[in-house]
Amino acid sequence: MCESIQNLWINDGAIDTNAMLTRWENIARERNFGAVSLFVGIVRAENEITALSFDIYLPLLESWLESWQKKAQKIEPHLQILMAHSKGDVKVGKSSFMCGILSKNRKGALAIYDEFIEDFKANAPIWKYDIKNGARIYAQDRSKKLRGAGVLEL
Amino acid sequence: MIKVHFLGPIGLDSIELNCKNFAELKAELGKIEDLKAWIPLCAVALNDKIIQNPSEIVFSDNDEISLLPPVCGG
Repeated sequence: MCESIQNLWINDGAIDTNAMLTRWENIARERNFGAVSLFVGIVRAENEITALSFDIYLPLLESWLESWQKKAQKIEPHLQILMAHSKGDVKVGKSSFMCGILSKNRKGALAIYDEFIEDFKANAPIWKYDIKNGARIYAQDRSKKLRGAGVLEL
Repeated sequence: MIKVHFLGPIGLDSIELNCKNFAELKAELGKIEDLKAWIPLCAVALNDKIIQNPSEIVFSDNDEISLLPPVCGG
């Protein structure tokens, strides 16, 4: 099942990347964009995992993406960031994350790409787990504290 | 009453607390043994906005607090 909100698709399990790209290309055509710049994240075989698994806190993810839409549109007025992410388990070799930037031309999209994905890693409210020997283990060593972390200690 | 949610890997059920401000919240959460290791790592959201400066916050009835551990998307 794929749940869609404004420019955001949350998928139970792996993303059907072909179907998502087709959907995004159609959106680009309908809105007369000249470029879809695509990033596809694939679950790698490492640390003896069979899959990764994800929890998402949707209200904050939506507001985080909305803040990026505003930022992107300062670079190019009509630029749109589309994002798809999995919740639950995604097997090795399958896709858990897609990002597509729609723009009139490639320069606007490429200008924002790197920073967007870096900030996604640091601030999107998504939690990752390794699936190993049937256990779901929080990937704490690869996780980053959010801005404002430790506020309960002050 | 405010409601407190423990997101992602914390693995605790949501609770209701009778706290008026952030200092009271901090004191109440400090009593939960299973939370001790998470406290230094977590950001805190009030009604889905992350708190940066807690000192002037006064809670209203039905406010929703979320504890957010370190993240890793993608």
